[in-house]
Amino acid sequence: MSKLSLLTSGIIKNNPTFVLVLGMCPTLATTTSAINGFGMGVATLFVLTMSNIVISLVATQVPDKVRIPVYIVVIAAFVTILQLLMQAFTPGLYATLGIFIPLIVVNCIVLGRAEAYASKNSVTDSAMDGIGSGIGFTLALTVIGLVREILGSASIFGVKFMDSDGILAFVLAPGAFIVLGYLMVLFNKLKSKIS
Amino acid sequence: MAKESSLKNMVSTLFIVCLVSSTLLGGVYAITKEPIEAAAIAKTNSSISQVVPAFDNDPSADVFTKEFDGNSYKIYPAKKGGEIVGYAVETFSTNGFGGRIVIMVGFNLDGTIFNTSVLSHSETPGLGDKMVEGKSTFSVQFKGKNPADFKMSVKKDGGDVDAITASTITSRAFCGALESAYEVYKLCVQIQTNKENGNE
Repeated sequence: MSKLSLLTSGIIKNNPTFVLVLGMCPTLATTTSAINGFGMGVATLFVLTMSNIVISLVATQVPDKVRIPVYIVVIAAFVTILQLLMQAFTPGLYATLGIFIPLIVVNCIVLGRAEAYASKNSVTDSAMDGIGSGIGFTLALTVIGLVREILGSASIFGVKFMDSDGILAFVLAPGAFIVLGYLMVLFNKLKSKIS
Repeated sequence: MAKESSLKNMVSTLFIVCLVSSTLLGGVYAITKEPIEAAAIAKTNSSISQVVPAFDNDPSADVFTKEFDGNSYKIYPAKKGGEIVGYAVETFSTNGFGGRIVIMVGFNLDGTIFNTSVLSHSETPGLGDKMVEGKSTFSVQFKGKNPADFKMSVKKDGGDVDAITASTITSRAFCGALESAYEVYKLCVQIQTNKENGNE
């Protein structure tokens, strides 16, 4: 596979949210607005890429039976580093996303890509795969967040376009499931048309 | 490919991975410690400046605590030219819909509320979070009110506060937090008057 198709595979063919349906907890919980979804996506992108790189480097040295604990330690280390850096340098973003950052450790996408891809492939391929999946995840979260924000808060990226409260249900949990379901249908429809 | 899963291999691999990770984390912690503290102080100071009249001291440096009802509250005195112009009380309620709500409440010297600022909460977005300043007119109604003659409970409970629609629990918790802030404020003022009397 060419490097470019590795990248686009994570965005379209193996989109973590709409196709693999992995990491639903942050997807549903953080997408109350487009900015929150985007922030969570970028944070995951960072962790995913870094952990993919490190895990593909050490994979041959790790005995099979302890590979999961090793991967989790690597992922948890990067998440904690990210959390400390955000707390120090982007306190505003940390205030809105803070409680969700530790959740990245148990995000299935990160461990899933580590186990299914990074442990068996070269460093550059794994890095590309991490970036691709990360971008796919970020796009999905931003779109879900955008739709929920438009319907639920009558604003786009925090800017009100209508002087009204919007449909409250879309900011709450049921709206997350409804929007996710419809977007998944739409995405798979478009995907089948392309291929 | 992968190394054999013998006890020696497994223990040594886990040991090395944990050692490297913890060293790395220790390093990052040491680097970010100061900026994190600075960011926390900046956040507190900016919320203080929203809730008390203009001041020129560093309230975070003059902070003191007061015990009330078994809890300790942080009080930030705001001074201008050495004279106290108001107190910011960091108060809280554990009765929110989503748990703990922390609010910074500023008092003028005559006991009226200058302003309020929500520091942290986990209320429902779109409902309870309307208590946050700027999201609705709920918090505005407390400005300039003196809890001594403004009954700090929602109208449903016989008080003077217009509750947020569909968020009575949040509104009650908000009022409760302000109520305890006022009690704490009274304790501060008492000490202040005692001091002044002593000086005379």
